[in-house]
Amino acid sequence: MELTETLHFELNRENLLEMYWLMLLSRRLDERAWVLHRQGKIAFHISAIGHEAAQVGAVFAIRRGQDWLLPYYRDLTMVLAMGLTPREFMLGLMGRQGEPSSGARQMPSHWSLKRAKVVSHSSPVATQTPHASGIGFAIKLRGDDAVVLTTIGEGSTSQGEWYEAVNWAAIHKLPVIFMIENNVYAISVRQDRQMAVPRAADKALGLGLPGVTVDGLDAIAVHRVVSEAVARARDGDGPTIVEATVHRMTPHSSDDDDRTYRPRAEMEALKAQDPVDQFRSRLMGEGILSEKAEAEINERAKAEVEEAVAFATQAPYPDVSEATYPVFSGDRRHG
Amino acid sequence: MAEITLIEGLRQAMDEELARDERVFILGEDVGPRGGVFRATQGLYEKYGPERIVDSPLAELSIVGIGIGAALYGMHPICEIQFADFIHPAFNQIVSEAARLCYRSGGEWTVPMVIRAPYGGGIGGGLYHSQSVEAFYAHVPGLKVVIPSNPYDAKGLLKSAVRDPDPVMFFEPKKGYRLIRGEVPEGEEILVPIGPARVSRPGTDLSVFAYGMMHQYCWEAAERVAQEGIEAEVVDLRTLKPVDKQAVLSSVAKTGKALIVYEDNLTGGYGAEIAAILAEEAFTQLDAPVRRLAGPDIPAVPYSHPLQDWFMPNPDKIAAAIRDLAAY
Amino acid sequence: MAIEVIMPQLGESVVEGTVTKWLKRLHERIQEFEPLVEINTDKVDTEVPSPATGTVLQLLVAEGETVRAGTVLALIGEPSENVPEVQPSGRTDGEFAASKPPVAASAPMRQAEPASPVAAVDRQAEVGFISPVVARIAAERGVDLSKVTGSGQGGRITKKDVLNYLEVKKPAPPWEEPASGELFRPTEEVLGEFKPAVTAPSMKVQPLDPVRARIAEHMVRSRHTSPHVTTVMEADLGRVLAHRAANRPAFERDGVNLTLSPYFVAATVEALKQVPIVNSSWSDQGIVLHPQVNVGVAVSLGDKGLIVPVVKNADQLSLLALARSVNDLSERARSRKLDPDEVQGGTFTITNHGVSGSLLAMPIINQPQCAILGIGKLQKRVIVIESQGPGGEPGDSLAVRPMAYLTLTFDHRIIDGAIADHFLSVVVQRLQAWA
Repeated sequence: MELTETLHFELNRENLLEMYWLMLLSRRLDERAWVLHRQGKIAFHISAIGHEAAQVGAVFAIRRGQDWLLPYYRDLTMVLAMGLTPREFMLGLMGRQGEPSSGARQMPSHWSLKRAKVVSHSSPVATQTPHASGIGFAIKLRGDDAVVLTTIGEGSTSQGEWYEAVNWAAIHKLPVIFMIENNVYAISVRQDRQMAVPRAADKALGLGLPGVTVDGLDAIAVHRVVSEAVARARDGDGPTIVEATVHRMTPHSSDDDDRTYRPRAEMEALKAQDPVDQFRSRLMGEGILSEKAEAEINERAKAEVEEAVAFATQAPYPDVSEATYPVFSGDRRHG
Repeated sequence: MAEITLIEGLRQAMDEELARDERVFILGEDVGPRGGVFRATQGLYEKYGPERIVDSPLAELSIVGIGIGAALYGMHPICEIQFADFIHPAFNQIVSEAARLCYRSGGEWTVPMVIRAPYGGGIGGGLYHSQSVEAFYAHVPGLKVVIPSNPYDAKGLLKSAVRDPDPVMFFEPKKGYRLIRGEVPEGEEILVPIGPARVSRPGTDLSVFAYGMMHQYCWEAAERVAQEGIEAEVVDLRTLKPVDKQAVLSSVAKTGKALIVYEDNLTGGYGAEIAAILAEEAFTQLDAPVRRLAGPDIPAVPYSHPLQDWFMPNPDKIAAAIRDLAAY
Repeated sequence: MAIEVIMPQLGESVVEGTVTKWLKRLHERIQEFEPLVEINTDKVDTEVPSPATGTVLQLLVAEGETVRAGTVLALIGEPSENVPEVQPSGRTDGEFAASKPPVAASAPMRQAEPASPVAAVDRQAEVGFISPVVARIAAERGVDLSKVTGSGQGGRITKKDVLNYLEVKKPAPPWEEPASGELFRPTEEVLGEFKPAVTAPSMKVQPLDPVRARIAEHMVRSRHTSPHVTTVMEADLGRVLAHRAANRPAFERDGVNLTLSPYFVAATVEALKQVPIVNSSWSDQGIVLHPQVNVGVAVSLGDKGLIVPVVKNADQLSLLALARSVNDLSERARSRKLDPDEVQGGTFTITNHGVSGSLLAMPIINQPQCAILGIGKLQKRVIVIESQGPGGEPGDSLAVRPMAYLTLTFDHRIIDGAIADHFLSVVVQRLQAWA
C-alpha cells in the first residue's frame, strides 16, 4: 500500500511513529514481564506478544478518552495507548500499592482506567461485552455521540454472554464495535473445536449485523476497518463485529506450557511474521523511520522498562487494611 | 390515605422515580406494552415511552449485563427478572460483576442498579415459579438484599433502592402481590431506608423474625396466639443485607426466645444466618434454643396442591411453633 | 449453721459497695426476704434481703464503710449457734464512722467469688437445665436457684421464673434493678469526712440522703480533678427541626417517638470521630483514648437528682436506632429500671438544660470523661444574615431562626481551647447542615 493511501484515514506521520513507539514499548515491557516471571519475581503474566499491531490499529480509530474501551486481559498495547504508564504496568505485575486498575486487588492485566474511560473487567471471559452494549444503550438513550470498543479472544465468542451482548446491540443499533483478536488458540483449544464457522466474524450473519475479518498483523489495515466501524456507529448505523487475525507468539499465560499442544516448528515460523518487525520495516521502507530514530526509540523503550521495574520493585505493598474496602461505594476513601 | 396492594406500591414507586430522575429506566421481559406479566409496570410504557421502559430479549444474563453497563455510564436501571427462578443465568453478572466492580476498581466504578424479581411459593407455580433465592445473594459482599412485606414498605424500599448507589437485589413476595393490602399516604414522598428492621408487633414472650410473605403469616399467627395469652413479638427484617443486628439482638434481649421463619429450604437458608448471630452474640440472653421454621429440604415447590401445602409454612404451622417455643 | 449475708456483685465491672444503713440491729429477728441492710452507690439505694429467717448474730461492716463484693456483711442464724470469732470492722450502732480507708484492711474478706453461680453448680441436678440467660441473671443478682420454682418444660426454671422470683423477694424498691449509677465505686474514690452539722436552734437542717451526698461528692471531686473551661457557640436548628418534622411519621410507624435528642447525639458522635482526643480520659501514664464511643445522656429525676444512662457504641447507630435507644434508656431511667451496665462506661456526656428553660449553663464534667456538652433552650431569635447585593455591596438582612446555645465544658489537662472549639464547631456544623 502506498503512503498516500495510509494517510487516507487520517494517520499522519506522527500517528505512525506513535503507533510504532507503543508497539515497541508494549513488546519490551512484555518481554521483561516474562523474564521477571521466570526469575520468580512476579507471580503471573499474560502476554500481548503477536497482538500489538491489531491493538494499536484499533485503538487509534477511536477518540481515546472520549469513546469507551472495554478490553480484555491481553490488551497491553491498547491500554498503553490509552495512557497506562510503564510504571503503572509494573506496579500491577508486582501487586503493589497504588496500582491504578484495582489497587492490586485483582491479578495483573485486569485493566481499569476510569480517567481514560477504560472499564474494569474481571477474569470470567466475555462478561464485559454486555456491559459494552449497556454503555452503548445508555449513550443512545442520552443522545451522546461516543462509541464503545470492546475486545475479546475468539474463544470467548462461544460464551452466551457475548451472543446476548451482540444481540442487544444489533436489535437497538447500538454504537458498539465488537472486536475479536483471533489468535486461533483458546489456551490449547484450536478454533475448529471452538466454532463451526471458518471465521468468527461469520457469526454476525446469524445476529443481524455486519462482520469483517482483517489481517491483524497489519496495523494500518486494522485501523482502516475499525475506523469504518466507528463511523458507522457514530452515524447511528449500529454495531459491527471486527475480527483481526493475529498470532499468539507465547503460551496463553505464564501458567501455560504450550509444548503439549503446539509444535515448536509452528512457533518458530511465527517469528518471521512478527507484527512489530513488520511495522518497523514498513515505516523504514517508507522513510518515516530512520535507522537513527529507530535506535533511539529502542533505547528509550529499554530505559523506560528499566526505570519502571526499578520503581515498582521499591514500591510498597498495599496495607492489609486496604483489603477491607471499598465493598460499597460509601466505603470509598479519598486522599 | 389510600389502601393499595403490594404490587401497586411497587408500581407507584417506579412511576415516581421515573418521573423524578431521567437516569432511571426499566428493562426486562414484557415490561413494555404488556406492563409486566404481573402488571408491576402497568401504564409506565404509555407514560414514559419505549426508550425508558425497554422490552428485553429472553436472556436474563443480558438484562443484568446491559443494566450494569448502563449503570457504569451513570444511569440508574431497574432490571426486572420475570421470576426469581429465572435469575440463575444472570448469577455470573450479578456476583462476578455487579457485586465486585466497586471493590475491584478501588471504588472508581460503581453500579447503581436495582434487580427486582418476584419470589416465593404458594401460587401453584411448581418447581420453577416458586423458588426463594435470597440466600444466594445475601451471602455475597457488595450486594444489598431487600424484601418488603407490605405495600408501604414495598413502595418506600423500592424508591430507596433506586436511589441507592450500589446494586440492590429486591425480591418481592409474589403471593402477596395482590393479597397484601395496606394504607399508604398519598401526596407525600414515601421513603423507607434500607437497613432498619421493623417491630410490627411488640411482645414479651418470644421474638419471631420473618420477611416477605412469611412476615404476614407470622403476624396472623401472633394475633391468634395472643388470645391464648402468648404475646409474641414479630419483627419484619425488611433488609436482609445489611441486616439490622441491633433490632434482632435487642428483641431477643427482651424476650429470651427466637423463632425464625422463612419459606426457603431450611439448610443454608437466610434464617440460618440470623440463628448464627443469635447463638454467637445473644448467648447469655437465651432462655431457649433458637428455632427455625422453614421449607423442607426438597426442591421448592412441588405443584400438586397437597404437596405444595405440605411444603409451605402457614399461620397454623407458625402458631404451633410459637406455642411450642413459648412453653419451653 | 449461721448463714452469711454477702455484699452482692452487680454488673460486669462491679467492685465494691457501701453499707449505708443497717435495717436490723444485733439480735433482732428477721424473716427471709426481709430487707436487712441498705447499700449505696453513686446515686441509689438498694437493699440486701435476708437470705434466711433467723436472728441477726453479727454485723460485720459498719455503716459508711465501703467493702468489696463478696465480703461477708452479717451472719444470720439461731441464738444458740456458735459463730466464728471475727473482728467487726466498725461500730454497728448507726454512728457514722470517721474517715476510713476502704477495702482490704478493715473488713474480714472473702475473696470475691460470686456465690450464686457456685450455688447453681452445686445444685445443678436439683434445679434441672439452666439456660444461659437464667444462669447470667442468677449470677448477677445473687439468686439461689434452688429456691426458684420452674414453670418451663419439664419443670425447668425459665427467665420469667427467675425474674418473678426477684420481683417477689423485694418489698421495697427492688435492689436487683437498681435505678442508676455505678453500683460500686472504684477504689480510689474515697468517702469524704462526715461532720455533724453545726446548727443554731432556729436553723432547719435537711438531712442528706445518699443520692444527694453522692452527687455532691462527685461534683466537688470533679471540680477538684479537672481544670474546667467552658466554651460557648450557638447553633441554628432550622434544618434539624425540618428533618424531624418530615420524618416523625415514619419513625412513629416504627414505634419510635423522634425527639431532638438523637440529633444532638449524632452530631456529638460525628465530632468525637473527627476529634477523637475528646473521647478520652486523663491518666498519669498518658491520655487514654477510648476505642468505643459511649455517649451518656443525662436524665433529670426531679428532686431525686440526676442520672446518666449511656448509649453504647453510639457511632454504630443510625438516627432511628439512636432515637429508640435514647427513649428507652430515658424511660427506664425515670422508672428506675436501668441495669448497672447501662450507667457505666460512658466516654462523653450530653446534658440538656434547655428543656427546663436555661439559655446557657456550664455543666460539670462527668468524671473520668474529657468533656461534657450542654444544650441550651431552643429559642427563636433574630439573627443577621450576611450577604452581598447585586453590585457586591454588603446587604445584611435579618432573619428569625430557631437557635440554641451549646456549651462545652472541657478538661484543660487533656485539650486546649482550639481543639475544644474545633470539636464544638463540628457539632454545630453538623446540626446546621442536617439533611
